[in-house]
Amino acid sequence: MATHALSPAAAGYRGGVYEWLTTTDHKKIGIMYLVNSFFFFLIGGIFALLVRTELATPGIQLFENEHVYNEAFSIHATVMIFLFIIPILAGLGNYAVPLMIGAPDMAFPRINALSFWMLPLGGILLLAGFLTEGGAAAAGWTSYPPLSERGALSSPGPGQDLWIVSLVLIGTSSILGGINFLVTIFKMRAPGMTLFRMPIMVWTILVTSVLVVMATPVITSALVMLFIDRNYGGSFFLPDEGGTAVLYQNVFWFYSHPAVYVMVLPAMGVISEVLPVFSRKPLFGYKAFIFATAGIGALGFSVWAHHMFTTGAVFLPFFALMTFFIAVPTGVKMFNWVFTMFRGQLTFSTPLVFAIGFLTMFLIGGINGAFSASVPVDFALHDTYWVVAHLHYVLFGGSVFGVFAGIYYWFPKMTGRMLDEGLGHIHFWIMFVGFNLTFFPMHMLGIKGMPRRIADYDQFAGWNDWNLLATIGGFLIAVSMLPFIWNVFVSLRNGKVAGDDPWEGNTLEWATSSPPPPYNFDRLPEIRSERPLFDARHGPTAHGGHGGPDQEEAPKLLEEDGHDDQGPTA
Amino acid sequence: MTTAVAHPEPHAASGHAQRGISNPILGMLLFITSEVMFFAGLFAAYFATRAANTPWPPAVFAHILDPLGPIIFATILLIASSFTCQFAVWSIRRGDRRGYLRNIGITFVLGVVFLAMQVYDYGLLFSEGMTMGSGPFGTTYFTLTGFHGAHVFGGVLMLGVILYRGMAGQFSAKHHDAVEAVSLYWHFVDVVWILLFTILYLI
Repeated sequence: MATHALSPAAAGYRGGVYEWLTTTDHKKIGIMYLVNSFFFFLIGGIFALLVRTELATPGIQLFENEHVYNEAFSIHATVMIFLFIIPILAGLGNYAVPLMIGAPDMAFPRINALSFWMLPLGGILLLAGFLTEGGAAAAGWTSYPPLSERGALSSPGPGQDLWIVSLVLIGTSSILGGINFLVTIFKMRAPGMTLFRMPIMVWTILVTSVLVVMATPVITSALVMLFIDRNYGGSFFLPDEGGTAVLYQNVFWFYSHPAVYVMVLPAMGVISEVLPVFSRKPLFGYKAFIFATAGIGALGFSVWAHHMFTTGAVFLPFFALMTFFIAVPTGVKMFNWVFTMFRGQLTFSTPLVFAIGFLTMFLIGGINGAFSASVPVDFALHDTYWVVAHLHYVLFGGSVFGVFAGIYYWFPKMTGRMLDEGLGHIHFWIMFVGFNLTFFPMHMLGIKGMPRRIADYDQFAGWNDWNLLATIGGFLIAVSMLPFIWNVFVSLRNGKVAGDDPWEGNTLEWATSSPPPPYNFDRLPEIRSERPLFDARHGPTAHGGHGGPDQEEAPKLLEEDGHDDQGPTA
Repeated sequence: MTTAVAHPEPHAASGHAQRGISNPILGMLLFITSEVMFFAGLFAAYFATRAANTPWPPAVFAHILDPLGPIIFATILLIASSFTCQFAVWSIRRGDRRGYLRNIGITFVLGVVFLAMQVYDYGLLFSEGMTMGSGPFGTTYFTLTGFHGAHVFGGVLMLGVILYRGMAGQFSAKHHDAVEAVSLYWHFVDVVWILLFTILYLI
């Protein structure tokens, strides 16, 4: 590109690979986040398939023993949570946030690159556990003591230590990324881009980053204490030496519950961008959505012990009540989304289809979660497959569908090419059916009492059919990745040229070229509302502020759009 | 994407962001926030462990927690260094580079002396048989003071950098974000020590 020669950063240009390895451009780093996370998604998926294959029928068939099975599900969950969902959402944010607020880059581009490069390093350390004596970490992604402690019957091998080190690295990457996002959002917004004109995606990243900065260091402290116990003779979590095992659970969940919102809020942001664009309407209740997001973030810090109801060491009424409270802002958001689509001109493009997938599946995940918030129900369902169903409906049915909505939505911006709609719909439907086939039966398994994290079960327990069905669904999900990967490969070469604004978007990233130049914007449109591009397309703003040259058309637009959150006129 | 894009200054569009708190200082404040939460986790562990173990401290080690022993000197030195650090900030805000260098130099030396005293203290404790493995007391004592010491070490490194940069004449009344940021971090390290001293030695 001609622009390279004129940019001072291009002085040391050495061509493709070197450029990517040394880049500090948020767009390239964002794409590397996406590619790296997708790679780990495939690895985590392989472990999931191994687990499902083992569980398809009673007995131990695939793994040589239960311990190897424990390694498989532990690494599956760790990879999916820490190396796929959290970073891929951070990657979407990395790509979109500076563009959406009209900034040239993140506030600290080199720290941004550092945040990214810690991820593959952490992933390699984690997986390196398989090469050590005793294998990889096998105490689950939660790694509760005493399972994860030193000692013959716990986790004596170095795999668990590698798990700890890897998570500390990934956590540090998250913290640095969160700080970077916050400074970027607070300090780098374009003129006119006030906080309450920011796209919802930016708001969700803001709240997520607050959670990351406040919560992630707490799990770092838990991991550090576990490491000290294991390697330096500490006794934090060893009851027989005067420690307290439940302490770990408290500190761990103080991070890991807010982390659940870290894993889903940005996906909510994605679909809050997608739904208005493909419904041709503004988001219903923009401010309500923002306050709901902030409310979820704040309440998220007061519910951690609902993972620990059965320990008998937490104050049950408080945590149950707060957990039910958190359903309120979540419900507000459901209304925001549903009423955004209500009477809109829906275009069922792939991003919208995935967004609707998010809505429906996340609704189920919210409802079955509310069951577990009730203490007596939780006592019955704790650590059964019900919980596995719940968390997958939230994190896969919610977040992963949201992630794909975002990828289909921004792929044209990132590459300048459209993804194929037909393959996109095939991808969606196989994944949707496969997902429900896998995880819905787990509700029944949970109610029938099947505990999670077991390699084998009695053939007369009545769990055979549901397990077989779930395994078939798991392979369907794997199959659904094929049309997606094929779609990306084909579209990169032969996809329809996207142009600057293929979806008629509302937010600033569609005001620049596809892909955007290294410095993002030649010029910015006026920002007088949360939909600057809508305003630019349709003349003066319909949101107050000062009108453009053809001001007389403003009232008409106001009526047509039914945008009613400004004043009593509409 | 034609001639109009010849944008030689990649951050030109952020020129409007020059008001208010600067990016590096906001970044440091957020980083300190995360550090506060890290120590909150350790402190929580300390209180939980202490509540589960009586008597605290165990009789064998009770004598090491004398708040009027050598530790009080280390504490006074560290608190003093926070003052000299702030004097350095005020100096460079006035454009007084000599005053800045003098004060930041003193701060640096005080930080190093604190670390040396901590190493000496650890040596004494080891010689009396107290280690990380001496039950919950040893574990929490060394973890809390050790992580604080590591943060002091990090702070001393940062002080070294801004001392060196100050000697190279890189700071002025207008350009000294690094000094402000490091001073915030140093105050944070100091406050953590005051809390640690209080919970370990006084109550």
